[in-house]
Amino acid sequence: MMRITEGSHAVAEAVRLCRPQVVSAYPITPQTHIVEALADFVANCTLDAEYLTVDSELSALSACVGASAAGSRTYSATTSQGLMLMAEVCFNASGMRLPLVMSIVNRAMGAPLSIWNDQQDSISMRDCGWLQFYAEDNQEATDLHFIAYRVAEDPAVQLPAFVCFDGFILSHTYEPVDMLTQEDVDRYLPKFNPAEKLDADDPISFGMYATPDYYLEFRYEMDQALKRSQEVIVKAGREFGAMFGRDYSALVECYRLDDAETAIVAMGSVCGTIKDAIDEMRNEGKKVGLLRIRVFRPFPVAEIAEALSRMKRVAVLDKNISLGSHGGATAIEVRDALYGSAIPVKGYVLGLGGRDIRKKDIKEIVALCEKGVGDQFYGLRTELI
Amino acid sequence: MAESKKTCELFDCGHRACGGCGAALAARLVTQAAGTNTIVVNSTGCMEVFSTPYPETAWKVPWIHSLFENTAAVASGIDAALKKQGRKEKIIIMAGDGATFDIGMICISGAFERGHDFTYICYDNEAYMNTGIQRSGATPYDASTTTSPAGKCSFGNRRPKKDMPAILAAHGAPYVATASVAYPADLKQKVERALNTPGPCYLQVHAPCCTGWGFEGEQTVAIAKLAIETGLWVNFEMVDGKVSKAKKVVRKPVEEYLKTQKRFRHLFKPKRQDAEITAIQAIADRNAEKYGIDIKLKKE
Amino acid sequence: MPLAVGCRARPGKSRDNRTGSWRVFKPLFDHGKCSKCGMCQTLCPEGCVHEDGEGFFDPDYTYCKGCGLCAAECPKEAVTMKQEEK
Repeated sequence: MMRITEGSHAVAEAVRLCRPQVVSAYPITPQTHIVEALADFVANCTLDAEYLTVDSELSALSACVGASAAGSRTYSATTSQGLMLMAEVCFNASGMRLPLVMSIVNRAMGAPLSIWNDQQDSISMRDCGWLQFYAEDNQEATDLHFIAYRVAEDPAVQLPAFVCFDGFILSHTYEPVDMLTQEDVDRYLPKFNPAEKLDADDPISFGMYATPDYYLEFRYEMDQALKRSQEVIVKAGREFGAMFGRDYSALVECYRLDDAETAIVAMGSVCGTIKDAIDEMRNEGKKVGLLRIRVFRPFPVAEIAEALSRMKRVAVLDKNISLGSHGGATAIEVRDALYGSAIPVKGYVLGLGGRDIRKKDIKEIVALCEKGVGDQFYGLRTELI
Repeated sequence: MAESKKTCELFDCGHRACGGCGAALAARLVTQAAGTNTIVVNSTGCMEVFSTPYPETAWKVPWIHSLFENTAAVASGIDAALKKQGRKEKIIIMAGDGATFDIGMICISGAFERGHDFTYICYDNEAYMNTGIQRSGATPYDASTTTSPAGKCSFGNRRPKKDMPAILAAHGAPYVATASVAYPADLKQKVERALNTPGPCYLQVHAPCCTGWGFEGEQTVAIAKLAIETGLWVNFEMVDGKVSKAKKVVRKPVEEYLKTQKRFRHLFKPKRQDAEITAIQAIADRNAEKYGIDIKLKKE
Repeated sequence: MPLAVGCRARPGKSRDNRTGSWRVFKPLFDHGKCSKCGMCQTLCPEGCVHEDGEGFFDPDYTYCKGCGLCAAECPKEAVTMKQEEK
């Protein structure tokens, strides 16, 4: 059913429909509307879950670890500072192969303290073994939660997943969202029934320690599971499309890329702006297209290499930066995917800390890229530096 | 006691604890008292490390390593899951003093405040033993550890032991108790009582560490007894925040306890430190007063 | 033997680690002095002291680390520690 909904509320409803048994929540801007909505559902008996108002993000994710190990589907949400406080537990959860799903309402990292959007938080956790999905709009943010649970819990995967969507820009914005019904979701997402759990009838030790004789192989297995998840995502996304009319089988989305000369690569809500800018540039005769990355982990190397193979040049936008390195994470990884080709790739770090990105910025970046200028911060207020 | 009862060993042989380890003994006694319908949540530390080097596990009950500081939070999640699933297993947390008194404070405070149903057992060997005997909030006054070493200008740890039982009683824990591996029947009774008391219960178990304190493994129980007999450790119970019972002793001077362990050796060698020993005696006297442990000998 | 997903294990494998090899001193149990109190079994940190059919106790030398707690705590001094001959 189509409704104009605030992003957070749409996500909360999607989570409700996934029937988590344990929700643990620590408030942090801009995630609060999600956890408040879920609390409301529980208080009004429309969500049958144990709702833990935990004492910190560290406890929030730890509680999910315990609940999931004990056989319950769980949910939590966080951002930025909170994600870093639970970082240790993120590594633990993936290493223990627990299929948690957590929303990351993308926000900049302090210092300086910022409540506004960029993608530094989830990008900084790209090594921790969680799947990472990035939503362009609230419809996608909603739907990706169903898909995330389905994929995470798949026996071939058994890894946790972040569903990332931009703070304020998506979370606090009202957009039309077509919400599935409970029957729909029950058909799509089976009950969580792990083969192994904490159970007095079948005692298992979870999360033992590994000596150097074993550790490497455990990490290898995790990497393999992440790689296998690509297939699982494609299948789950295709089935979603077949059942509900919105196909999520593509790890990347190509917008007007077929005959493009310049490709813009980006993730998240900025892609909406980019698409509008592309339409305008196309009207002016410029051959520009967008490669939108929907799944950042596992990184779709082959898909990206394929999609960009015929480009004359690539402009990668990053709402994050690996300080002291060559630029943002996406640019570095796209460049790696294109290794061996002669296609020039330029990275642009922009929009940090919530700075607005407008259509004219996209057009300016394309112009810069055409001139071979890039690998820089874009949009600096030069009077300040 | 002469009854040949088949004891249920839920903590298996082959673990890698030091010979004579108080914590290993505690793990055995706790799991015996708890039985098979138990889920154990274990923090990083000696116990977790000596009992689960992949693929060898000594645990015959479901067990999960939480990480270091978050054992109470992981247990909270398990509690929530069991509630939702309608399951009746009991949850026991096993965490060392480092994990409990220091790094675990956030998670413990939150879990106790939320009133989850579990039994938190702290095996207190009075330092970060697994990492090599470093000072924790549970390290007693004047104990020498690697990060509070005795030396030319130091007598070791200068702070008194943090009163965790009082802190958790203040959180509203319905049952809080201390126990010792020296008195296994009492320990098991307290474990059972905690398991059968709904809500978050806390049991702090004195588990002397031969390697860390500097004594021979065979003396673990004798030294644990001396701790109680000198009043430096008190075995007591608190029900709904009030001390209901404490083990009474005919008190021995603290010196008898201190001189058995290398970690207090600097109080005697190269020179006897009377002021320090007096200060420690004062701690014992205050404990005796606070918990009423002195047996008043009747004068004929 | 392939790895268990998530670094997990079911009970039993710790027994592969025969800690009896750690011993320097070996406890010898004299049933003649034993009062069958069971303290040795209660206090063994390994849990490797077992009751026989008659109510006496013996250590499992496969796992006994020779810590000497049984000897130190036996009220009847029925356990003595003897240096291992190797």
